[in-house]
Amino acid sequence: MLTKGKVKGIISNLVIVDVEGPVAQNEICYILMGNIRLMAEVIKVQRHQAFVQVFESTRGLRLGTDVEFTGYMLEVTLGPGILSRNYDGLQNDLDKFEGIFLKKGQYNYPLDENELWDFNPLAQTGDQVQAGSWLGEVIENWVPHKIMVPFKFEGTYKVKWITGKGSYRIKDKIAVLTDEAGREHEVTMVQKWPVKLPIRAYKTKSRPFKILETGIRVIDTLNPITEGGTGFIPGPFGCGKTVLQHALSRQADADLVVIAACGERANEVVEIFTEFPELIDARTGRKLIERTTIIANTSNMPVAAREASVYTAMTIAEYYRSMGLKILLLADSTSRWAQALREMSNRMEELPGPDAFPMDLPAIISNYYSRAGYVELNNGKTGSITFIGTVSPAGGNLKEPVTESTKKAARCFYALSQQRSDSKRYPAIDPIDSYSKYLEYDEVKDFVSEYISPDWIDKVTKVKDVLIRGREAQEQINILGDDGVPVDYHVRFWKSEVVDFIILQQDAFDKIDQTTPLKRQKYMLDKITDIINAQIQFDSFEEVAGWFKKLINALKQMNYSEFGSPEFVRYEKEVDEMLTETVKL
Amino acid sequence: MTQKTAFQKVYTKLTKITKATCSVKAAGVGYEELAIVNGRLAQVVKIIDDEVTLQIFAGTEGIPTNAELVFLGKPPVLRVDDDLAGRFLNAYGEPIDGGPALTGAEREIGGPSVNPVRRKQPSQLIATGIAGIDLNNTLVTGQKIPFFADPDQPFNQVMAIVALRAKADKIILGGMGLSNDDYLYYRNTFENAGALERIVAFINTTENPPVERLLVPDMALAAAEYFAVEKKEKVLVLLTDMTMYADALSIVSNRMDQIPSKDNMPGSLYSDLAKIYEKAVQFPDGGSITIIAVTTLSGGDITHAIPDNTGYITEGQLFLRRDAEIGKVIVDPFRSLSRLKQLVIGKQTREDHAQVMNASIRLYADAANARTKHENGFELSDYDERTLKFARDYSEKLLAIDVNIDIDQMLDTGWKLFAEYFSPEEVAIKADLVKKYWPSRN
Ligand SMILES: Nc1ncnc2c1ncn2[C@@H]1O[C@H](COP(=O)(O)OP(=O)(O)OP(=O)(O)O)[C@@H](O)[C@H]1O
Ligand SMILES: [Mg+2]
Repeated sequence: MLTKGKVKGIISNLVIVDVEGPVAQNEICYILMGNIRLMAEVIKVQRHQAFVQVFESTRGLRLGTDVEFTGYMLEVTLGPGILSRNYDGLQNDLDKFEGIFLKKGQYNYPLDENELWDFNPLAQTGDQVQAGSWLGEVIENWVPHKIMVPFKFEGTYKVKWITGKGSYRIKDKIAVLTDEAGREHEVTMVQKWPVKLPIRAYKTKSRPFKILETGIRVIDTLNPITEGGTGFIPGPFGCGKTVLQHALSRQADADLVVIAACGERANEVVEIFTEFPELIDARTGRKLIERTTIIANTSNMPVAAREASVYTAMTIAEYYRSMGLKILLLADSTSRWAQALREMSNRMEELPGPDAFPMDLPAIISNYYSRAGYVELNNGKTGSITFIGTVSPAGGNLKEPVTESTKKAARCFYALSQQRSDSKRYPAIDPIDSYSKYLEYDEVKDFVSEYISPDWIDKVTKVKDVLIRGREAQEQINILGDDGVPVDYHVRFWKSEVVDFIILQQDAFDKIDQTTPLKRQKYMLDKITDIINAQIQFDSFEEVAGWFKKLINALKQMNYSEFGSPEFVRYEKEVDEMLTETVKL
Repeated sequence: MTQKTAFQKVYTKLTKITKATCSVKAAGVGYEELAIVNGRLAQVVKIIDDEVTLQIFAGTEGIPTNAELVFLGKPPVLRVDDDLAGRFLNAYGEPIDGGPALTGAEREIGGPSVNPVRRKQPSQLIATGIAGIDLNNTLVTGQKIPFFADPDQPFNQVMAIVALRAKADKIILGGMGLSNDDYLYYRNTFENAGALERIVAFINTTENPPVERLLVPDMALAAAEYFAVEKKEKVLVLLTDMTMYADALSIVSNRMDQIPSKDNMPGSLYSDLAKIYEKAVQFPDGGSITIIAVTTLSGGDITHAIPDNTGYITEGQLFLRRDAEIGKVIVDPFRSLSRLKQLVIGKQTREDHAQVMNASIRLYADAANARTKHENGFELSDYDERTLKFARDYSEKLLAIDVNIDIDQMLDTGWKLFAEYFSPEEVAIKADLVKKYWPSRN
């Protein structure tokens, strides 16, 4: 018998329900407004009253309206056919809705129940299996999509029967498992999982060690993120958070990308809808959209579903990680999610923390980030979720609760600087304030030293040092005037400009420059290292700027040319000649 | 106001009155439903047990505990039809121009959002003739962008010019806390331009109660949606001044004992503003809603919660600045940004657009550096001197808001100024473009 209730209070999308029977925290219920069913989630229970957040507008709702509880939490549906879809925060397939406007109380099935999939069994009758074990696979776009023992199955099971190769619908029976007590359980290709709970169907979660190539130099070269790592991008409005995330989603070396557009602009999602079906993923030669899933809960969509959207995205990522895949999960912007929590907490008149955010905000954020990671599955294979979120700090000030809480949870910090953005030095990641904790990991150092080169980290440290010293020199020049400082200060400043223009700055809209493979990054870092090590003599400060501008121009042309192409070689020669001439001087 | 019908229940016992709200014990009331309290329009904002709290748009001054309260059984609506065109209405959608009552079907305002997959990427340029906009910060249909302006800047004038030149099928003006003079300015300007039949205006002036303003953006956008969706028209919505709107929001939320967040604004400010601005849209069948708004700043502070949240929502922002040197107001090329400009630059405009735009802004920045250098007592080089002369001309001939030329002329003017003060190497534009566009000596 499912619990029923009646509406007792309405404050915007917080509804208070008098219940007759048991209710669970996070249980889903429906408010029966005539023939419209408004979906809601229990967020607090007090005596006989449940406080529910409604994922829709409550306009027109009346006191005394009937409420039906469902006995389950907010769940996503997991099975073949998720990839390339555009979902809302509650996993409704946006393309299936009719009409231009989103109607309230409209929900749909997130997958296609009639599509046929070519199933290939991987397990055999008699095999011992457990939650997450691979029973078989189907090919989804190009991805080997594993059909797994449902995550909700506890303990161990024996495969009693498994179907042979053939075409099946997602709800067809593909296997029968026997539990320890001898009871039989049918398994199909689709299962459900509550979004707020992490999927733990793996053996261990280990420390990340492998660099996740993003093609963005200021990340890969200076502050790399790892497979299974976490990072965040805080920055004032207009400094390039979204452009950077879109670049990551296009270029990063991941098998699959899940994007949670959380409380941001609809036009930005439309950009992905429009461009990704056209763009080719260089690694696989397939359309980018084939590896991408979008959870779009834009700022004008219901606020409560914003919170759900980041969890929906994470759960989908965890599902694919359990197949041994490398997932990149992006959320833009996690601040909007935090604000949704704040709105609700305020409506419930909870004791507010700093800036009126809920007291447990830091715990909620770190809980979420902890679901990312590099895991070893029970079958020995590995999978990862790398998570990068953006943060939109109020007034651009990083001393605010969301930024501070996220800083504790994420291991990479990519701070966007207003000043760099104002002077169009994109991507505006501040090279000095930003960091990657992974550079301190011995596992990462070992990996880098083997995979790139043993002296890589030393070179990177040197480059960072050049940036700091360049900044100091510039400050002195500004105070004392061009001729008030030794010529060497100008050289120091301009060497840092070389690093800035050639490594840090990268044109997100240029076909070639937008993505730099690690191999090419190494080549360029070596070149830049030669330049910063060169002892260049100038007679007066006037010569310095001109010489370096010319050098930077040639280096920039290298960045814009196909790696190793005749133009690339020509510009490189120009650079080399400039260096030999001057050093001889 | 809507007449109450005979069978409607009249409540006469208010349980609580604050500056903006009142409460009453009542049953069967719908959330966000409208009511009339002693002739003033009110809306349900909270229902707990049998106590209903309403916000009274015109304020609660003089409302007694025995005021007559009648629920209307519906949320705020606008009567939409083609007869909206040419009308001046108040915040409730009632005529203030002495014309006949509206006859269209009632449409709920603040209605549902467009399904993101049913949108089209904005792609049509809006030409305004103002080079500070068309050349450097090109606007696109379906965009939402505010002017960030000090209260004494002529933003209403600029908006009126933009609206008239934008070739929109309809211009919807949402005036919030507009001074009576500014209201009459808009009215006269539109009238003199012979554009009245393309205008729909929803006006709340400083003489009207502040809380009434809360209805204006939703009214304006309901009208916009009618013309853009049903008539497939290009609609331009002007919202001035959104700071006044946000101030009204804070009045209501503070009266409802909500915990204020930054700058005394409600914690939901971002969502409240986003719901309005996200109504900007390009539909696949040609209809579009473009929103140009004004957010007045106090003391130029853009970190204040209102401009800050706005910046996080809109697709760029435009700054006006008085250039003392030429004695005119210009569109500031450094702080202004149209985030959608790359969708049209060089695609619907000449191939040299991006390069001319970037080169002139770079040279203008060099001039600013030269000026600082000069102020700090350092000597200026010949190049510095030339950038200063260039900056003056650039400001006068391109950035000033009284400029009215087409984009090709703007580009030609740019090239002319380059050639007047610089060598091609100093301008550093791609060689093939220089060859094609650099003016010859004679
Ligand atoms: N890498 C880049 N290359 C060139 N232009 C860029 C780059 N990054 C950002 N920009 C410019 O800055 C604008 C704003 O960038 P973006 O939308 O990413 O900012 P944001 O930080 O996400 O802002 P918000 O917080 O308001 O969403 C872009 O429209 C573009 O004009
Ligand atoms: Mg953004």
